[in-house]
Amino acid sequence: MKRQGSLDIVDPARIAKLGSFSVMRGRLAIMWKFAWSVGATAAINPTLYLLSVGIGVGKLINAHSGSVDGVKYLTFLAPALLATAAIQNAMDETVFPVLEGFKWTKSFFAIHSTPISGKQIANGVLLAAMVRTAFSVSVYGVVVYLFGGFTSARGWLAIPIALFAGAAFGSFIMGIAASAKNDDSFFMLLSRFVMMPLFLFSGTFYQLGSMPIYLRWIGWISPLWHTTEIGRFFTYGHHVSAAMMVLHLGYLAAMFIAGIKISHRAFEKRLMK
Amino acid sequence: MHQSNNSEILINAKGLHKSYGDFTAVNGIDFQVKRGESFGFLGPNGAGKSTTMRIIAATLTRTDGELTILGKDPAVKGPEIKAHLGVVPQADNLDNALTVEENLYIYGRYFGLSKKFVRAKIEDLLEFAQLVDKRDVKVEALSGGMKRRLTIARALVSEPEILMLDEPTTGLDPQARHILWDRLFRLKEEGVTLLITTHYMDEAEQLCDRIMVMDKGSIMAEDSPTGLIKNYSTKEVLEVRFGSERNQQIAPELKQLASRIEVLPDRILLYADDGEALLHTLNEKGLHPNTSLVRRSSLEDVFLRLTGRTLVD
Repeated sequence: MKRQGSLDIVDPARIAKLGSFSVMRGRLAIMWKFAWSVGATAAINPTLYLLSVGIGVGKLINAHSGSVDGVKYLTFLAPALLATAAIQNAMDETVFPVLEGFKWTKSFFAIHSTPISGKQIANGVLLAAMVRTAFSVSVYGVVVYLFGGFTSARGWLAIPIALFAGAAFGSFIMGIAASAKNDDSFFMLLSRFVMMPLFLFSGTFYQLGSMPIYLRWIGWISPLWHTTEIGRFFTYGHHVSAAMMVLHLGYLAAMFIAGIKISHRAFEKRLMK
Repeated sequence: MHQSNNSEILINAKGLHKSYGDFTAVNGIDFQVKRGESFGFLGPNGAGKSTTMRIIAATLTRTDGELTILGKDPAVKGPEIKAHLGVVPQADNLDNALTVEENLYIYGRYFGLSKKFVRAKIEDLLEFAQLVDKRDVKVEALSGGMKRRLTIARALVSEPEILMLDEPTTGLDPQARHILWDRLFRLKEEGVTLLITTHYMDEAEQLCDRIMVMDKGSIMAEDSPTGLIKNYSTKEVLEVRFGSERNQQIAPELKQLASRIEVLPDRILLYADDGEALLHTLNEKGLHPNTSLVRRSSLEDVFLRLTGRTLVD
């Protein structure tokens, strides 16, 4: 092959437009190597949860009080699990790969020595995380549907909402992961002191109103609660006032915008250090 | 096809300066690199070579001074400059989970190159890096030398105007180093401008047309390898050992006989244009060293002369 030279074959303007997608494709190529585990997790997780908690615990609750929020326990639980799955998937693809890219394989520095900018790397990582999240949440949605978890025709709208929550939480966590100095304990701290309380105190298994007032704040700051509220509105007609709907969506949008900003800054800073 | 003009200046630095708080990593250096040249930064660890390389590669901003690469300022036009650079960092940063071929393909796509072009280019690069039979092997299973060659091949996927190599052969065994030198020599023949940092004098002598000797962020000297040796050393060097105790004692006496001497912990270097003749004189005077060796001057001697220290401590 005769050498043409980069002056003739590389077009920086094109990369400025499409670079984020090139990074996304690179990330997806790596993810594809672990496709079986992503796929299996996506299908097995909801099945196990819905069987054990939805049906098992549900039977107990339904026998005791007949319903929660006017619906069967599984119907009540499903949108919360959907949102949790979205957030968990987004986190899996925005924490570990970010620590890897900056510290372990340093592959982000390799990408950054091409015309691709730090912002585009951050965008690409998030886009790839969203591709995986969309897949996992869709599988989750199918399983919920098969368990009879959607009682409303517009129930499927809980899926894009969950995806949006994944993007909001994922971008935010990605920014923090990119700024983390001590990477070794970061993941452990995050899962024990952030993910676990959010999962338990965001009105996932019960309505947030049944918590004493001094614990409800965890739900209020948790993207999971906001997402679950919207999800329940769609899947079974849970009552959400227009004002609260704006608040829920606004909260997620604000988190998304802040997350992107923090990520962009953290990526640019760390790659130029 | 762009016209290649051999006197065209690709890199122009004036008063280039980089400091981190109180620490000065690069202390106002000036240099120029012409198209097709093979330019080396020689110096010990911490001399400021890698910092200079990263500033040129637009992945670190300078504190002060002027710098243009292909006529553009990297602090302003980073991506436009990076479009024409091939960067080989000190430590390989390949995607370990991907195969050799996938690494090349994905990297090519980061330059916005078409699938067709990258597919065809990969065949050339696999050949060049002697990795044809490893194309479907995951990077984590490759040897150090293979990873290094793959990193270099990856940097060439976009047919860069300037290939930048930061310590290309550090950590490689002698055989792997020679394979790599051979590959780099071929690139030089193709007219690719090479920028190399190294603390190996033999590497600098083998690969570079012009060398900038750096120490503590400053330029100590700049010339061709032969020019440096001519200006800063004698033609030959006589290395003698009298045993670590006697080396110090005997040094003043030896000083009278050679144009310059260097007393190292284990040996004494005597600089002279005729080493054998000097050894003869030593023996005549009854100074019989335990061991002796006459060799040609190298860049190591130049560095010792300029800084009073050896390159590899």
